[in-house]
Amino acid sequence: MSTAKRLDVIGHARRRVDGREKVTGQLRYADDMKLPRMLHMKLLRSSHPHALIEAIDTARAQAYPGVHLVLTGKDFPVPFGIMPVAQDEYPLAPEHVRYVGDPLAAVVATDEQTASAALQLIEVKYKPLPTIATPEEALAQPEVRIHDYTDVGNIHRNQAFEFGDVEEALSKSDHVFEDLFFYEGDNHMAMEQHASLARAEGEGKLTLWSSTQDPHYLHRQLARVLQMPAAHIRVIACDNGGGFGGKCDPAGHEFVVSKAALMLGRPVKICLTREEVFYLHRGRHPVLMKFRTGVTKDGKLTGMHLQTLLDGGAYGSHGPASTFYTGVLTPLTYELPRFKFDACRVFTNKPACGPKRGHGTPQPRFGQEVQLDKIAEMLKRDPAELRLNMVTQANSLTASWLKIGSNGLAECIRQVVAGSGWKQKHGKLPQGRGVGIACGSYMCGAGVSIYWNKMPHSGVQLALDRSGQVTVFCGATEIGQGSDDVLAAIVAETLGISTKEVRCITGDTGITPIDLGSYSSRVTIMMGNAALQAAGRARDMIVTAVAEQLEVLPESVVLSRGRVFAAGDAAKSMSFAEAVVYAESKFGTLGTVGSYTPPKPPGKFKAAGVGPSPAYSFSACVVEVEVDEHTGWINVPKVWIAHDIGRALNPVLARGQVIGGVYMGLGEALMEEQVFRRLPPKLSSALVHKIPSLLEYKSITSLDMPEVEVMLVEDPDPNCPFGAKEVGQGPLLPVMPAVANAIFDAVGVRIDEVPLTPEKVLRALHLKREGKNPRVGPERFPDVPYPEPTFVLPPGEGGDGNESKMAKRADRVMERSAS
Amino acid sequence: MNTALQKVDQRKAHITLRVNGEEVEVSFAPYKTLLEVLREELDLTGTKHGCELGECGACAVLVDGEPLLSCLKLALECDGASIETVEGLAEGPELHPLQAAFSDHGGSQCGYCTPGVLMTAKGLLDREPNPSRERIKEALSGNLCRCTGYQQIVDSVADAARTLRERGVKA
Amino acid sequence: MMRLPWFQYQRPASVAEAARMLAAEGPRGMLIAGGTDLLPNMKRRQQTPATLISLSRVEGLKKITNGSGLTLGAGLTLTEVVGTGAVREKYRGLWQAAAQVASPHLRNMGTLGGNLCLDTRCNYYNQNEEWREAIGYCMKKEGKTCWVATASKRCLAVSSTDTAPALIALDAKVRLVSAAGERELALASLYNNDGINYITRKPDEILTEVVLPQLDGWSSTYWKLRRRGSFDFPLLGVAAAARMAPDGSVLEARVVLGAVSSQPLPLAKASEFLVGKKLNDEVIAEAGVLAASRAKPMDNTDLDVYWRKEVVPSFVGYALREIRGDDMRAMRMRISRQAL
Repeated sequence: MSTAKRLDVIGHARRRVDGREKVTGQLRYADDMKLPRMLHMKLLRSSHPHALIEAIDTARAQAYPGVHLVLTGKDFPVPFGIMPVAQDEYPLAPEHVRYVGDPLAAVVATDEQTASAALQLIEVKYKPLPTIATPEEALAQPEVRIHDYTDVGNIHRNQAFEFGDVEEALSKSDHVFEDLFFYEGDNHMAMEQHASLARAEGEGKLTLWSSTQDPHYLHRQLARVLQMPAAHIRVIACDNGGGFGGKCDPAGHEFVVSKAALMLGRPVKICLTREEVFYLHRGRHPVLMKFRTGVTKDGKLTGMHLQTLLDGGAYGSHGPASTFYTGVLTPLTYELPRFKFDACRVFTNKPACGPKRGHGTPQPRFGQEVQLDKIAEMLKRDPAELRLNMVTQANSLTASWLKIGSNGLAECIRQVVAGSGWKQKHGKLPQGRGVGIACGSYMCGAGVSIYWNKMPHSGVQLALDRSGQVTVFCGATEIGQGSDDVLAAIVAETLGISTKEVRCITGDTGITPIDLGSYSSRVTIMMGNAALQAAGRARDMIVTAVAEQLEVLPESVVLSRGRVFAAGDAAKSMSFAEAVVYAESKFGTLGTVGSYTPPKPPGKFKAAGVGPSPAYSFSACVVEVEVDEHTGWINVPKVWIAHDIGRALNPVLARGQVIGGVYMGLGEALMEEQVFRRLPPKLSSALVHKIPSLLEYKSITSLDMPEVEVMLVEDPDPNCPFGAKEVGQGPLLPVMPAVANAIFDAVGVRIDEVPLTPEKVLRALHLKREGKNPRVGPERFPDVPYPEPTFVLPPGEGGDGNESKMAKRADRVMERSAS
Repeated sequence: MNTALQKVDQRKAHITLRVNGEEVEVSFAPYKTLLEVLREELDLTGTKHGCELGECGACAVLVDGEPLLSCLKLALECDGASIETVEGLAEGPELHPLQAAFSDHGGSQCGYCTPGVLMTAKGLLDREPNPSRERIKEALSGNLCRCTGYQQIVDSVADAARTLRERGVKA
Repeated sequence: MMRLPWFQYQRPASVAEAARMLAAEGPRGMLIAGGTDLLPNMKRRQQTPATLISLSRVEGLKKITNGSGLTLGAGLTLTEVVGTGAVREKYRGLWQAAAQVASPHLRNMGTLGGNLCLDTRCNYYNQNEEWREAIGYCMKKEGKTCWVATASKRCLAVSSTDTAPALIALDAKVRLVSAAGERELALASLYNNDGINYITRKPDEILTEVVLPQLDGWSSTYWKLRRRGSFDFPLLGVAAAARMAPDGSVLEARVVLGAVSSQPLPLAKASEFLVGKKLNDEVIAEAGVLAASRAKPMDNTDLDVYWRKEVVPSFVGYALREIRGDDMRAMRMRISRQAL
């Protein structure tokens, strides 16, 4: 279709298609569902951080009035896991519990109160095992095995990649900066607690309504765990009351309610309590990081060696991907000729970590951007100028073989610098006040699926009929980000109608074509491209039929604002519904499909599939802080952020995503932390979540939230529908380091870990007053047995994207040491 | 606890409420809070829950005009009370200005905190038709939102207040 | 969904009737007013009374008597206390404290009496039953050890009321009524430094009124440390009240700390120290040091325990500077996130 056409829908602020349902209380989230004869389920969870289950006696619970069913691990012989390489979790733990909160039995009863009472009658005999609370312990105590499928001790994933000879680059650099950083884990804290409702239907078929971001992956896992044909299972993703990655993994309770419904022939529902959500977790990994970065005296990067150590918690979850993501997106923002990263994820006896907004990348982004601030300080360069001087270019390849398409980073930096008054502020505000800058970049969808296949990542079906109604079907899931609105807008724009005329049926594996899910910021781009194709095909049919009817050339037919007409001839015009009648008369029943598969990644080495994306978004952020030098108290009065979104499909929603990302980033910067408490080992073996509640897990309130000034940089990306890139995750990334850098500008101390608490600031201020290094952060990086790296020559050094023979590199190393 | 359970009178309680202007009689297990009675007995699932411990504000409703947390309000104590929930906010097909503003200005993303925020905002505008942005933030400081960063919520409330003032109608 | 356990419910119409019911129920019965403290505790099974005696229909508990001093009914909600003109004008410390309790909704529900009787808090105790089982319970409920300090013979749960320090600084008294009679008690004497037996109110007594003396020439203030501008209990409360001579020297003073002990902590030494002195920066700093020496924050709530002790002088300083007449509005905004 012609992109020159005036856009009627795209780019205009408008009421989101699901807006009305959300403000009237009509929208049904999973726990709002109620079915006749519905029963309720509660889970018994481990009270031990690490133990073998010696015996479970459920007799008393089973006999309790109102109880219909008690299930335990023996009812679930097949494990699950979102990633094919990490199928290490059971819906109910059969013999080995790995954290306090690990589910091991379930009671189904007439109501929750009865189920809860019956749970207390289940007697479990545990044999406690030694516990692992930290990655350091996990490495130091390989004999304590949280899982037995690991090669070495508690190391879940261990990998290393080197793009060009980094040691050589560092040795030739004018300066090499070595810094350690730590990023604490945190929880998604979606306001909706996970809920699921299962119903047995027909001859042994199952329908599951659930708060899930990824109904397709859940569907596959249900078939596996329940040992049923996938075709007999229908997963309906209810609108999620927030996801942020916390509803990506299939969860134990989803299997258990399904099994119970099938066994009982009655609907069964569960809704987790908030505490249980903290146990299900899958949140941000705590990551310890070491950066060694070479720079020239004029402030260009020469090479970087990044090492990360991830605290994975008790299960695999998305861990294999998370581990990659602590490295792979690092080279996107600044020219970096050589790059090496080693990443290791270990198991600990805590709830499993997984994907949270930014998946694996906020941690290294924090380290990278704070280190750049240190580099700028040392080189006496303005941190914004330093960055601007080395931003990556559009249509380029990184050393690690990521293909960057459009790139608005430089413009983002220019806009936040201008908007914030950076030049009048940085280094110039009174003591106690400061500004900091940082940037970030994120994928517009993961380039490969979680399981290997050659099929599309997103499919869209369109049905039109003589009434003029347009119904669009897609497996994508509305989690609050506005995916239904994106879908409706793209179809509406293409067909020249308003979004009100488009009915969206989404997230239902029984009736919608497959979309991989609402993760990795993939929906706008992948679902959008599929929708564009399906709608374009429908448009072509309408145009053909109308051109014939009006006796004009198809090229002259225009669809706009509910009319279909010949350009330049006002008499030749009809309503959209009339046009569909002609199309249906000519072609028969109307239906089109569209699908989208991302382009092949340029890298060909093993694991080159993690990191590539059809496009990347870019952001730059300036944060202003006030720091009290007596207490370390931190106040954030204002944030400026520019985001390269390609094109804003609905500017109101786009801005909302940006502000929401800033909000969540500020929360992570200042207060959010999923932390644990180990009791004195002589008296207790307890290792518990310290604060599993919304009161004590601190999140920002309306009174703590500063004003955010949003600048949308629109430089349409050719790989994206109407040029639109992602906006759901990228804007979070620069916020945390910008706060840390602003604290440095305000009071001259470095806090190299998040959260950035007043206590740490005050500690650093004391060090400063004592003339010591005014820094608070990790002091050491443990010996991690990283493997030999996969060596790949960067594009700029004649590489072809394949792994190079290690011998070649060894030769060079020997040459160098000889010379 | 289970021994206590045996002794306790488990008969249902019975009260009369005025919900969104309509008188309703309802029987329920007496341990239920107003939240549970609204959602489970009256099928008014517009009112949400995020913690059930008074730590998030998702369950806020108006009781006799005042924003309260339904998760910490014994239903037993609501006999004779007038309850307003999100389901009663619109007048017929016409959205309340707060609802219109929230769906137009980004005040609602995932929508889960929205009912509690809307009812709290209505409680505010009923008393103070012209609140400052600071006052709106204060009034909403008991409602956690995880999506919006609050800014577009404040925009939405301010916009609705303007609409209501222009109409000269009480919210 | 977190749900309440089963309970019996009684709803008396008068204080006398409530007192009779309470006496009849004995330890099985508990009073419920706003419910914002009790009901979460019941949902987590920290407290499991067999009978709740509701004060919601008891007459007279919302009475405000403005005579010599001010008498506030214990059943007034915190919002109603904040909305009382006499409180705002004459007892500013109480006004500031009440306005910072929890969140707006919780202030609409929670009562003044409830905030004074607030159960002591500890993040080994304010947890679900399953969580507490996972640590083998604690001294305050079902266990033997105080995990905050395992050698401690007493429970170290922390007094988390905002209004009590403010009211003690204002020399308030409370009226307690039981079936056997009634008594008036200095509010400071309502508390024990023990996380379990933190209150001297007898189980059969009902706190009905808070009696504030006439305080001509006094000024008062309350500063609260918490992570966020809403929801959070205090990590430190500083209440101060003083009467000053025309030359600015202190004639009488009372400084009280909250949330650094199992009871509100009146600082006799620091208060005496201020008498006869002008509130210059040195005097304020010294008072802060004296105050900090008494504060014993514990690692059972939010933020770092050493830091919380270290900032006591700063917060005492904010309070005394406000009493002195400094413009503290900008600092107040940074700390409290709202104008008070």
